Amino acid sequence: MRKAVIIGAGMTPVGEHWKLGLRDLAVEALLNAMDDAGIDRVDSLYVGNMVSGPFVEQENLGALIADWAGLGNIPAVKIEAACASGGAAVQEGVKAVLSGLEDVVAVVGVEKMTDAWPSDATRYLAYAADAEWELFHGASFVALNALVMRYYMKAYGYTEEDLALFAVNAHANGAKNPYAMFKRPIKVETVLKSPYVADPLKLFDASPVCDGAASVIITTPEKAKELGVPKEKWVEVAGMGRAIDTISLASREDLLTLKAAKVAAERAYKMAGVEPKDIDFFEVHDAFTVMAALSLEALGAAKKGEGAKLAKEGQIAIDADYPIQTMGGLKARGHPVGATGVYQTVEAVLQLRGEAPSQVPDAEVGVTQNIGGTGSNITVNVFRRV
Amino acid sequence: MARPMQVSRYWRHFREKYRLIGGKCENGHVHFPKRSVCPVCGSRNVEEIELSGRGKVISWTIVRNPPSGFEYYKPFPLALVELEEGPIVLAQLTDVDPEEIDFGMEVEVVTKKIREFEEDGIILYGYKFRPVLK
Repeated sequence: MRKAVIIGAGMTPVGEHWKLGLRDLAVEALLNAMDDAGIDRVDSLYVGNMVSGPFVEQENLGALIADWAGLGNIPAVKIEAACASGGAAVQEGVKAVLSGLEDVVAVVGVEKMTDAWPSDATRYLAYAADAEWELFHGASFVALNALVMRYYMKAYGYTEEDLALFAVNAHANGAKNPYAMFKRPIKVETVLKSPYVADPLKLFDASPVCDGAASVIITTPEKAKELGVPKEKWVEVAGMGRAIDTISLASREDLLTLKAAKVAAERAYKMAGVEPKDIDFFEVHDAFTVMAALSLEALGAAKKGEGAKLAKEGQIAIDADYPIQTMGGLKARGHPVGATGVYQTVEAVLQLRGEAPSQVPDAEVGVTQNIGGTGSNITVNVFRRV
Repeated sequence: MARPMQVSRYWRHFREKYRLIGGKCENGHVHFPKRSVCPVCGSRNVEEIELSGRGKVISWTIVRNPPSGFEYYKPFPLALVELEEGPIVLAQLTDVDPEEIDFGMEVEVVTKKIREFEEDGIILYGYKFRPVLK
């Protein structure tokens, strides 16, 4: 079977890009990734994006971005899986390479969120929920996650303070990342003093509304050699998995298990031939602090109910056993929704090349986990140093 | 948002939203709203069942930054309610002091206005839950 390696990675800083539009951000990240690989053409383009239609009245992103990046008459499409669109786009790119149909594939994840009024942005993000049975009742995405957070705290006896540790860790790492939106460390009190958005979920339990784009170039080891890309730049895509769960939270079999992440992780680990103990760092989807805890449990880093315990025991820091959010995670790097999965991929690549600003010592295997909806559509990818 | 064609979009769910019509499969699994395939056993033999509307709160939040269209109502309580027949329903709580909401609080269904569109638009009604009247 063919193997897939990432040979180029690029991104834009995450933030409120008032002067740049969706296409500017996407093209910048894409060209950065192509320059990193040292190539000037690709066979196809996969665009990870969630809600460009409502946010900026633009669909058909495949054509838009390939056209403006000067890629010629290649095949190019948008991949949508809510906030997991980026992770899913990376997987589609890898599938194209593994199938043998395409040799050099570009993936770009992009989201432009700050052109919308905040309450409209809240509405557009809720399009990933169930429109008839959740949004109809005024549920925001934050509110749905708050329902999970309260339930989690009650079930296992955690406090708001315990969950705040995930935000503190993310900011500590994000402070060193030049591409992060928030480059400032915070304390537990910072989180606790921030206003409630949907009780018990506070502003600092949540990732920000922001803009950004990230990109990777995927090919085979043979083609990478032919293109003359130095081997130090290669990172293998060793495993991938993707699964769905009920779209509405109320229909969930167990509110406290990210079943889709569990199933996706099992597939990805099997394909890569790894177990949780072999993994050197986890880039989990901490759109909300409680989701970081549930993700660690679903990925096998912690037992059920003990995800937040890892944070309490100091096991999620860069130099600990289960480093997470090494470049700030969604909380501090920022969460331009459809781009996030590609940012996670770029960050995993930097870690495995040994180029990360907060480097995990001797990192060989890294995992990214990207959640769409309140756990309804999840991708897990395993990357390995070549 | 308030275009005439949206009426059918909301009207097609009035039985679920006014009367809590759910589904019960041949193996006795109850769900809400009704689906053509039972989410538990996969049976396609599903009949309609009217749920009692009595249940208890299993989690709740206070929505302070709602999606656009709900600004007028903020802040409002939103909850997951486990009905006595088993299914869990997401809905707003009404006629309750937010401080009094607690795990296991017994509630019952009531039909209320969910939201209004602009003055030429439709008014949406649906279920909310209130503490059981003693």
